Amino acid sequence: MNLAAVAADLTLSARAKRAAAVAAEFADDVDREGRFPREALEAMKTERLLGIQIPSAFGGEGAALTDIAEVCSILGQACASSAMVFAMHQIKVSSLVEHGQESAWHGDFMREVTGRQLLVGSATTEGGIGGNMRNSICAIEVEDEICRLTKDATVISYGAHADAIMVTSRAHADAAPGDQVMTVFKRGQYTLDKTVDWDTLGMRGTCSDGFLFKGEAPAAQIFPKPFAEIAAQSMLATSHLLWSAVWYGIAADAVLRAQAFVRAAARKSGGATPPGAIRLAEASTLLQLLKGNILSGLKAYEDARADADQLSSMAFSIAMNNVKLASSEMILTIINQAMIICGIMGYKNGTPYSLGRHLRDAHSAQLMISNDRILGNTSTMLMIQKPDTSLLG
Amino acid sequence: MNETIRALLAKVGGLPVPVTELEDGADLYAAGLSSFASVQLMLAIEEQFDIEFPDNLLNRKSFASISAIEATVTQILKANEAA
Repeated sequence: MNLAAVAADLTLSARAKRAAAVAAEFADDVDREGRFPREALEAMKTERLLGIQIPSAFGGEGAALTDIAEVCSILGQACASSAMVFAMHQIKVSSLVEHGQESAWHGDFMREVTGRQLLVGSATTEGGIGGNMRNSICAIEVEDEICRLTKDATVISYGAHADAIMVTSRAHADAAPGDQVMTVFKRGQYTLDKTVDWDTLGMRGTCSDGFLFKGEAPAAQIFPKPFAEIAAQSMLATSHLLWSAVWYGIAADAVLRAQAFVRAAARKSGGATPPGAIRLAEASTLLQLLKGNILSGLKAYEDARADADQLSSMAFSIAMNNVKLASSEMILTIINQAMIICGIMGYKNGTPYSLGRHLRDAHSAQLMISNDRILGNTSTMLMIQKPDTSLLG
Repeated sequence: MNETIRALLAKVGGLPVPVTELEDGADLYAAGLSSFASVQLMLAIEEQFDIEFPDNLLNRKSFASISAIEATVTQILKANEAA
């Protein structure tokens, strides 16, 4: 047995690439049918990718966010829906890793997530809150160590396919809308009645249907920290960074297709390039900018990670908001460039240069947490925050 | 200072409960202080005390309660005196 070859096979990127190959095979069908990417998810489980973020003390691999972002980008190049499901799962896991280690129940649950490769979903959106997940209408009731919750969740991504769902609510019946907690409910502890169909322009395979959620579980499953802290210290950064990594994957694959188109055309015509070739250089510049944007965001996160004050500082929030805003806008420009380069071959479905799915999936980026809402938050913070204008700061 | 902070909080905090009912150590975010209102409060405090919050104090903790705000403002005023 060649040990070096075995070791190379076990690297995170090799495992991610094998899962991505499966995701790529079914990407068009998942998109066309608007169905859950079950083959890709099975492949992720086979490669044991769902628990990589969990510390080794709890049975995982303790992968850094940067490594997880790389997996998101590899999957994103194959099937954006599969990649987004993986990213959203990892965002939920980050809340466990950052805020659940001191709680015995959440520690055991982490072992279960990695041991049984559980897929964790999220129910933070609610009818009537106007899209602001930092407010809840529903309230959790605790009685005799049992908690009960009913939530009109207008979006639960892959809700019907998750093995557990983390649900936000007001902390108790008299709590203010912003006084929230998050609770883990495992499958079997809740019912989901579908209220809204997920029939969308893109990201069709995430199956983010709306449900009436009703759950009952031991009260120990409520996170011990207020949701405000969880949102500020783990969700904000991991969401913006991992989403951006998925989006980078979509854009990178679009540029790859455009480059293949230009190369094939040049070969056929003895070196003469098609009219769109010059745009490939522009797209490559933008892709590099996008990559730099995400990498600098990841570095800022890894630097700040150990310091709760820094993670909840305005400067850090603004930096993460900027990563999201820039990535979500830039991918549309890049994929559009790729489409112009490939022309009708990019516009048509079913060619090696098809970009319709990429473009449709990419349009979700500006809307998942509306960019206008984020711009509003940033502009509020800029009223008071003093920017560090140094290049390295 | 406590009274001044409470007056500003009543004016710009937009809390659903009267400020007089809040303990000094009560969690203002749990009481309903929004992030927008917290910035309004920071601006009002800067104006009132003629100070500027340095970047390292612009976090949730510095504004988590009336006593936290008092401590933050005191710290800045002391630093300004020393300078």
